[in-house]
Amino acid sequence: MSRYNAKIIENYQLAEDFYKMTIDAKKIAQWAYPGQFIHIKIPGDNSLLLRRPISINGIDVKTGQLDIVYQVVGKGTKALSKLKKGIGLDILGPLGKGFHIPEGTKKLYILGGGCGVAPMRFVGQRWRHLDIYSFLGFRSQSTVFQLNDFECFSRKVFLSTDDGTMGYKGSIVSLLNERLSIEKTDLLLACGPIPMIKALQKVVSEHDIPCQISLEERMGCGVGGCVVCSCVIGNRKQWDYKKVCTDGPVFWSQEVILDGES
Amino acid sequence: MENLNLGVNMAGLSFKNPIIAASGTFGFGLGYEDYLDLNILGGISVKGLTLEARKGNPPPRIAETPSGILNSVGLENPGIEYFLDRTALPLRQFDTVIIANINGNTSDEYCHMAEKLQDAPIDMVELNLSCPNVKEGGIAFGTDPKTVYSITKAVKRHTSQPLIVKLTPNVTDISQIALAAQQGGADVISLVNTFLGMAIDARTRRPILNNITGGLSGPAIKPLALRMVWQVSQLVEIPIIGMGGIMTGEDVVEFLLAGATAVSVGTANLVSPTAMIDILDGLKNYMTANKITNVNELIGGLITEGGNKL
Repeated sequence: MSRYNAKIIENYQLAEDFYKMTIDAKKIAQWAYPGQFIHIKIPGDNSLLLRRPISINGIDVKTGQLDIVYQVVGKGTKALSKLKKGIGLDILGPLGKGFHIPEGTKKLYILGGGCGVAPMRFVGQRWRHLDIYSFLGFRSQSTVFQLNDFECFSRKVFLSTDDGTMGYKGSIVSLLNERLSIEKTDLLLACGPIPMIKALQKVVSEHDIPCQISLEERMGCGVGGCVVCSCVIGNRKQWDYKKVCTDGPVFWSQEVILDGES
Repeated sequence: MENLNLGVNMAGLSFKNPIIAASGTFGFGLGYEDYLDLNILGGISVKGLTLEARKGNPPPRIAETPSGILNSVGLENPGIEYFLDRTALPLRQFDTVIIANINGNTSDEYCHMAEKLQDAPIDMVELNLSCPNVKEGGIAFGTDPKTVYSITKAVKRHTSQPLIVKLTPNVTDISQIALAAQQGGADVISLVNTFLGMAIDARTRRPILNNITGGLSGPAIKPLALRMVWQVSQLVEIPIIGMGGIMTGEDVVEFLLAGATAVSVGTANLVSPTAMIDILDGLKNYMTANKITNVNELIGGLITEGGNKL
């Protein structure tokens, strides 16, 4: 982990609200593993002080190029979406503790919802030797991205949209639940919005499936110094605030308490 | 550039330069070695300590505002015993001034902590009378000159370590609070802690911080902080550590000119873990460009005669 100036190689719209950026970041590309993130300073506007933590979407170790996929939600990501090829980005990375695959894992289910689909592509690319089944949830057909990439490394891709414009209509967690009733998995890795994660926790606990989830929280330094990006880890009797940036963002599903979150 | 003298003195201690990491923005310093050599810093004020471990406030604890940051951490820390057992010694190996920042719910708690730190491998104690994010103590103490005086005086009786009193800007007249700290026996005062503020999400109609209000820091507060440092420096004799939105070497110069002997860098550490290297380089560049060989020449060097025109 260090601070770099990374040149933008390309930056374009992938789907409604979603953009993909590729940057030249050899050192990060060399060390990063799925579930980690980079922390980006928004150039050109000093009033936007904080960096934006964005998960790594994929890496090409040979070329040293790194992909991110980000959703335009506010001023910072809007500014990011306007950046042209060739501009240097001030980034920190790779940060955080990502996903890990316990020894003996053969079958892997990966699940992503919306923006949370982005880090799961890196999972599939890195661990493509496993039997991967992908579960992808989107709001609508217009927001679906990188489906072809998932089809490349997955035995099967399950897709849902909230409005039914593509794939199954409804929650991707319901599709997962159905699938788990037919066929279990050694491990499930997931990332998505809080309501989805809450539903997922219930399903994996019922089916007794080991599951790691990647969390999100409003973040400051990204390196463990300011303790603002807290999440509740433990059990109901004994819990602690852990830092999403350095203790996570990936945690085991059963230790994440999301009671107060919405 | 090699001939620059960057050292400053406060309370009988030498600081190799006037740059101090502000409490709560740099953890306990340890873990930052991947980004910067802690030995280059003038000092490190560690994460605010309390008698017992504190979990802090529920998230979200941070919100970005124009040129500023609101936080409501609420003094999450492992407690003073943990600091003494696990952190103080590893930190001592670095050649920089180590400042233990302490926070109490009562005057007795401050005294008790100061006593525990008496023989600890640290250089200074910073009395935080200004945390805006806890229900008891903190800002409630720092807004009343009488309380500031009595707590400072009480703590002084329990420790021979040099004492910094950290002030809140959420008062009508900060000079009176600063005077009270000086009269109570403070060796140094540091100002300013954060300004109480809030951020609202119009879309959800909810506050962004779970705590509803938080403390505002960053360049947004720099003019306010500069004014307060200048005002206080007109009145008190003891050295001032100035802070509030310092992002560059020139910002450091401005605080020194306003009357600060040293500065603390806070929000900039949240933007980049390497920020203090850049700020120190910026200070050196300013001095070289302006043919200033000793940083002490800048302290209180604000030119006011003849108005603002050259």
